[in-house]
Amino acid sequence: MSPRVVVVGGGHAGTTLAALLRQGGHRGEIIMFGDEVDFPYHRPPLSKKFVDGELEQWLRPAPFYTEQRIDVRLGERVSSIDRADRRVHASSPCPYDVLVLATGARPRDLPVPGVTVGGVVSLRTLEDARALRKHLTADRRVVIIGGGYIGLEVAAAARANGVEVTIVEREQRVLARVASEELSAILASYHRERGTTIITGAQVRRLTSRDGQVRAVVLDDGTAIPCDVVVVGVGAVPRDELAVAAGLDCDQGIVVDGSARTSDSAVFAIGDVTRRPVPGVDGLMRLESIPSATEQARQVSAAILGAEAPAPEVPWFWSDQFDLKLKIAGVVVPGCHVVRRGEPASGRFALLHHDDAGAVTAVETANAPGEFMAAKKLLRSGHAHSHL
Amino acid sequence: MPTVTYELPDGSVHEVDVPCGQSVMDGSVRNNLAGIVAECGGSCSCATCHVYVDAGLFDEVSDEERELLEFAEGVRPESRLSCQLIVGEGCGGVRVRVPDTNGL
Repeated sequence: MSPRVVVVGGGHAGTTLAALLRQGGHRGEIIMFGDEVDFPYHRPPLSKKFVDGELEQWLRPAPFYTEQRIDVRLGERVSSIDRADRRVHASSPCPYDVLVLATGARPRDLPVPGVTVGGVVSLRTLEDARALRKHLTADRRVVIIGGGYIGLEVAAAARANGVEVTIVEREQRVLARVASEELSAILASYHRERGTTIITGAQVRRLTSRDGQVRAVVLDDGTAIPCDVVVVGVGAVPRDELAVAAGLDCDQGIVVDGSARTSDSAVFAIGDVTRRPVPGVDGLMRLESIPSATEQARQVSAAILGAEAPAPEVPWFWSDQFDLKLKIAGVVVPGCHVVRRGEPASGRFALLHHDDAGAVTAVETANAPGEFMAAKKLLRSGHAHSHL
Repeated sequence: MPTVTYELPDGSVHEVDVPCGQSVMDGSVRNNLAGIVAECGGSCSCATCHVYVDAGLFDEVSDEERELLEFAEGVRPESRLSCQLIVGEGCGGVRVRVPDTNGL
């Protein structure tokens, strides 16, 4: 009999899985719970197009779900998992044969006084993007707390629309944990040349407000940066509370194997909520990216359908900042050797990372899709060898 | 509405009406056809919507698309990214073949 699949989470991972199951001929029921009220949408455009672009890019048009017999329960939150009886509790109990947790991540809180006033936003959902759009008109001044990829994308889109932008980063450089020093430096220059102020090595002490609206960001050294809007982009934390409460193995994220299976063989987890194995990397890591979510959806679909497991993929993601289309493949680790191709000033370059033995470990590219694809291919063949 | 014929990796053939102004990728995603992954939603970023199609009916290949395709698995002279194939009135009856390598 075709199993009844319950998916918790209506983001890219959950929606992709539901679609793949039907593509593969799955005949059993598919029920997908999403706690947002919007139909599943493309999340990457939110931080790139919130000023004037098309925000509402649906993953699939609304009739798709009915036609594909995917029972989408929007705005319905799952409160607990009963693994012994194989059911989840939402507005009513819902039994499953296979459970898939695709609950994603939420923005990390900034633990400083004053963050609960008006004009302070984070960016994760369509609702957040709509709020930010309302706040951020050209005559405004925005402070972005956190120089990660989301922060830089928001900064670029805001600056390109005439907003006065300041980025405050705790570490000594932007993208400190996710990019090479070279890329950090190139992007910092790129943003500064376009009028953005970047302050690194700076802790936020508190936010000040007047009449319930944020007025300034105050740093540890006492500097006050006047502003009308604050965007908090200090990372995301996995929404693994349901899994933790249900006793599944978790370690800041739901621990899964290379088939996206959790410590319970009837329960899978996919997407940003997982801590997963990555080819060529010791231990487990979190990969917050669309390609990782798609890959894990493929793994689970194959497992449920009894199809051959897909081959491991090279992790990668993309980011758009001003006219730079960045693509990064592999896992960037500190201490790697970096070879640069192309001139950063031209806006077209590639940074190839290699280890002591000369093997390529990652590539960071801007407006160089050919270099990116070539390096990604190289990375994949490298992984194939390491599996021999 | 022009009809686009999709030939999938498993050999099955699907005829889909695609509204003018939408892409060949849109028509596939809308109907949940296998093989066109389309991770980036059509922004010419991910190269997971690779198809084979005879030249002529669609806009020229941009430099960006050409570079993405150059190292794509299974690339051929008739390779295109289907998110860049915008369907117009003259596209009726077009046939695209979907390789089984998207997303690799």
